[in-house]
Amino acid sequence: MAERTDSSPTTSPIRAPRVGLFVTCLVDLFRPNVGFAALELLQRAGCDVEIPSQQTCCGQPAYNNGDTRDARDIAKQVIDVFADYDYTVAPSGSCAGMIKEHYPRLFDADAEYYEKALALSSRCFELTEFLDGVADRVALSESPSCSYTYHDSCSGLRELGIKQQPRTLLARIAGLSVREMQDSNVCCGFGGTFCVKYPDISGRMVADKADAIRATGADMVLGGDLGCLMNIAGRLKRVDSTVSVYHVAEVLAGKTDVPPIAGSRS
Amino acid sequence: MQSVAHEFKARSRRALQDTALQQALARAKGGFIDHRRTAIEALPEFDELRARAKQIKNHTLAHLDYYLERFEAQVKAHGGQLHWARGPEEARRIVVDICRAAGAKRVTKGKSMVGEEVAINPALEAAGFEAIETDLGEYIIQLAKEPPSHIIAPAVHKTRAEITELFYAHHRRHGINKRVSDVASIVNEARTVLREAFVTADVGITGANFLVAQTGSSVLVTNEGNGDLTSSLPRVHIVTASIEKVLPTLEDLAVFLRLLGRSATGQEMSSYTSIFTGPKRDADLDGPAEFHVVLLDHGRSAMLGNEFREMLRCIRCGACLNHCPVYGSIGGHAYGWVYSGPMGAVLTPLMVGLREAADLPNACTLNGRCQEVCPMDIPLPTMLRRLRMREFEQKLTGARSRWLLSIWAFLAKRPRVYQMAMRPLVGLLAIGSRGARRFLPLARGWTQSRDFPAPQGRTFQSLYRAQQRKQ
Repeated sequence: MAERTDSSPTTSPIRAPRVGLFVTCLVDLFRPNVGFAALELLQRAGCDVEIPSQQTCCGQPAYNNGDTRDARDIAKQVIDVFADYDYTVAPSGSCAGMIKEHYPRLFDADAEYYEKALALSSRCFELTEFLDGVADRVALSESPSCSYTYHDSCSGLRELGIKQQPRTLLARIAGLSVREMQDSNVCCGFGGTFCVKYPDISGRMVADKADAIRATGADMVLGGDLGCLMNIAGRLKRVDSTVSVYHVAEVLAGKTDVPPIAGSRS
Repeated sequence: MQSVAHEFKARSRRALQDTALQQALARAKGGFIDHRRTAIEALPEFDELRARAKQIKNHTLAHLDYYLERFEAQVKAHGGQLHWARGPEEARRIVVDICRAAGAKRVTKGKSMVGEEVAINPALEAAGFEAIETDLGEYIIQLAKEPPSHIIAPAVHKTRAEITELFYAHHRRHGINKRVSDVASIVNEARTVLREAFVTADVGITGANFLVAQTGSSVLVTNEGNGDLTSSLPRVHIVTASIEKVLPTLEDLAVFLRLLGRSATGQEMSSYTSIFTGPKRDADLDGPAEFHVVLLDHGRSAMLGNEFREMLRCIRCGACLNHCPVYGSIGGHAYGWVYSGPMGAVLTPLMVGLREAADLPNACTLNGRCQEVCPMDIPLPTMLRRLRMREFEQKLTGARSRWLLSIWAFLAKRPRVYQMAMRPLVGLLAIGSRGARRFLPLARGWTQSRDFPAPQGRTFQSLYRAQQRKQ
């Protein structure tokens, strides 16, 4: 009896939200540090974080190349794996946008999965969006004094409205100052398979982006999508720039003790 | 014009190397974007107008047969003649026949994208008529024997120096023997030459930005007034337009006029808005004796019934071109047909064939800026993705892409196999020099203009699981 009274709703603490972290394939393969940064930030925000091992990719390569059937199969897998979490969070506007905006569209003719896709869509967030708006106030790491410029990745910006959230979070870190670039909202030329299918056009776009970044004189360029960041980093490295490239999660979590994606260590 | 959209890759490469073109593109882009932004920021109800316009177009498209018949009846009631053209060939024949019946020698033309779409000029010339473009941009590219590279600024790819040389070469036969290089003198020289064409033309052909079903009117906006001179001075006026241009009423028209100028050039209104309703009446001071409207389908009624219907909302403002980073890099000619940029990448495959224009829907990063600025909120990225789906279904996607995609999808659907396969691959990539990374499929496309950032060496999943086991 006594035990039952102790565990009554009025005395028990509110259960920590269970968050499923969708790491994304690019982070898994190329930059695990971003995954660990995201994990740590979510834990600091008081979440109970799980990282399902049955995750691979969100299906965008198939979807954006017209292969709807494979896209649908991969989407079903993601929907099933993440069905039971309070929230699904991804350190990528592109993958979160795919889950939120495009999964429901894939199941126009499948009532069961349409419902499931909608349910997942309503609980899926990009990392900075989640930390700034949904999670409890997250403890952020300190930074040595340096300046950054921010690239707004297209899917996050236009599908999810992510613009102020990362900047709001970064503004809370003492020592960091921002130097906005010209046309931060213009595509860097990555575009998934676009960058290898149309390398000449993509090369011009990323060269323009790298020029805009260097013109700011900032020490670092940050962004929320590893695809864009690898594209930008590749270009900056090609022109021997010292601007260091990090995912925003790495800076927020203070995990900049590893070499940047490109550039010199801050 | 004949499509060369299949040459997209080669043409875009050439465009990137073309210094004069790159200068012209860089200069034009900033102006269009800034002017549009200023105009829209000064109009708080822009978003409301946009929503209203979208609603009007959706309604009109849902009842297009009704409004077209109403338009036809009104044109006839005002003494005009209406001609239906299923495709370019029919449209050309109708226009040539009208010119023949009028006993014409000289034909002036206002800017008409439908005219470009059906290639009216070559048909007129082949039939023995002299066709003269009167929009300054169109006139310039007619002299240069080039197609338009932008739907509202056809000669945007030309630098001023190129225009100077072009005029010098062509205007000697008009007795003009010196080079002019400042804008005002260039415009004045064109005006002098064109003035004679205006007063001696037998037939004038214009396009139409909108058609009004209520009154049977054709509406044309210009900044040079050449539309008025083309329509009212010759004895015969022909309007070439396409079926989706119709709007129900003049009230509706007002909504669209407020959106068009702002989206296109950042003007509150274009300098001239001309409304043509039938031939000259007895009490009119001027106007043509004959008034014809040629209405073109060319695949549009098919779009009405398929997943591309929303594309028919397009009002040809050019905002999507001006804000597209791909268009901004390569210009309009690389697209290989009359329409370019995002709207062209949707329309061209639907009008000249998906196989011919297979590159166009793919040469896009799906960044979404086009839809963001589209006054009709057309989901251009979705349209492009749907064309990619058609290409995939019809096996028009390249064999190598399909093969790589299917391997990726096979692995992505099998998480355990995926993780086992990726672990060694990532390790190899990390230790391998630049040389090893070059063996990645499609890697040359990447390394041509950028390095390949080294992966950290182990996958997140393997690191995380190892960490979990330790705890």
